[in-house]
Amino acid sequence: MTSGSTDQARKGLLERLADGDLLVFDGATGSYLQANGLEPGGCPELMNIESPEIITNMARQYFEAGSDMVLTNTFGANRIGLKRYDLEDSTREINIKAVENARAGAPSDGLVIGSIGPLGGLLEPLGDIPEDAAFDALVEQATALEEGGADGVMIETQIALEETLLGIKAAKEHTSLPVMATMVFDKGPRGYFTMMGVTPERAVEELEGAGADVVGTNCGNGIERMVEIATLMRAVTDGYLAVQSNAGIPKLVKGENCYPETPEFMAEGYRKLADLPVNVLGGCCGTTAAHIRALVDAVKPRAAAV
Amino acid sequence: MAIQHEGLAKEFEWVTRPGEQKHIGESIEKTDALMQEMAYQLIIGSNTEVDRLTKEALDSGYSANQVLDDGLLNGMAIVGVKFRDNVIFVPEVLVSARAMKAGMAHLEPILSASGVEPIGTVIMGTVKGDLHDIGKNLCIMMLRGSGFVVHDIGVDSAPEDFVDAVEEHDAQLVGMSALLTTTMPNMGRTISYFEDMGLREDVRMMVGGAPVTQEFADEMGADGYGENAVECVDKAKELLELLKELKA
Repeated sequence: MTSGSTDQARKGLLERLADGDLLVFDGATGSYLQANGLEPGGCPELMNIESPEIITNMARQYFEAGSDMVLTNTFGANRIGLKRYDLEDSTREINIKAVENARAGAPSDGLVIGSIGPLGGLLEPLGDIPEDAAFDALVEQATALEEGGADGVMIETQIALEETLLGIKAAKEHTSLPVMATMVFDKGPRGYFTMMGVTPERAVEELEGAGADVVGTNCGNGIERMVEIATLMRAVTDGYLAVQSNAGIPKLVKGENCYPETPEFMAEGYRKLADLPVNVLGGCCGTTAAHIRALVDAVKPRAAAV
Repeated sequence: MAIQHEGLAKEFEWVTRPGEQKHIGESIEKTDALMQEMAYQLIIGSNTEVDRLTKEALDSGYSANQVLDDGLLNGMAIVGVKFRDNVIFVPEVLVSARAMKAGMAHLEPILSASGVEPIGTVIMGTVKGDLHDIGKNLCIMMLRGSGFVVHDIGVDSAPEDFVDAVEEHDAQLVGMSALLTTTMPNMGRTISYFEDMGLREDVRMMVGGAPVTQEFADEMGADGYGENAVECVDKAKELLELLKELKA
């Protein structure tokens, strides 16, 4: 690990991947925010403005646990999603603040990746979101994230190809940032598909074809299924892959969610993912700083003692 | 006897479970060419054809019930099986749903005027804090397609909203949906609220959504869980039967 690097010298996401670095992402955001004051039904992205210190602390705890990069708290921070909270006019501000909040908790070489989640409906003609409105919303979010100083964007947790491709296009055409894109797959009787019927292999082909620099999967599954999905993806590409796994499927214990997969259990799967190789590894729902620490221990050669 | 309509016979090949083959197969075999064509057009999602064929059938003397049972519902049964078995996905189901709706637009006025009792009334909603409704809407569509009256209370529905709707519409069933793991516990809270209000015995409560499992449903005290929209309908019918037996 190099030390003493300045902000200007911060190596970019693609540069680090080209150097063969395996990059560790952060853990869950939603459950962290709920444990730190987010009301059920509240707007998580509003916390970027109302409680910036909580967002900064979340980033800091993941970097301290060994994350190389974190996602911004902007999953639903697009004009269409924020309209549900009457916050659409704050879209730019929320995205910019979100990057700044994460940056404030990052070491000088830490990367901050702008999260772009689903718009929350289906595009026309299946749903009621016109394609041009979707594209405008995605461009607005991506450019705001760049303006805030993000090191990349990640079109994530997607189920529909059309919307994912639109997100990649928006970021590629309107920013100069590296673009990551991930989809959620369910295991059904005939294998892995997104809700809209996209296989992992097709996702790789289409997302890479649209220009995504890193493709992969997040959410929806525990670590063992993530290994299966990533194996399918790796079979069809030599490009960079990313996986962010849930800590299993939650169980209800005394009325609260409890994620069954321990850091040790997940570490075993992360090792398999690193061997494929998957180039970016992180956690999704239910993962904590302890999971990230176990992930780092499992896949990174220990830094020489100084 | 075999299914006469070539396209429909091909679609029927997706039905592979013996019980369903028997049930759906028998239901289709006793229908004529027009009804089989209607079922087929619904499966391939042509709302213009379903619209046209429904009108044609009613004009030539078929009863609304006949068109519903022999045409639309037979088609929907195959759509349901194909969806459950990963042959088709949400986009195809939505397109078939649109075709169903085109047919129902002609049938509904006749059916409601004839005073036929619906098989049951369901309140459907996405729980508090959760704004996702694709899965819920699919279930609603399949329930309506199966003869239930459904009142959709939308997304971000508080326990009070579910209780108010049950009282207003005198519903026997409640269906709750959640996509977010963080909002899933609100299903349990809604069930508790029905207990607090002394209404728990009067209704049967179903849960569903991507992160929800049978185990989770049991834990929070739900009466039924369905993995997909087809199971939602099966579960609704089953719970309604149990409730009727109990009240009888």
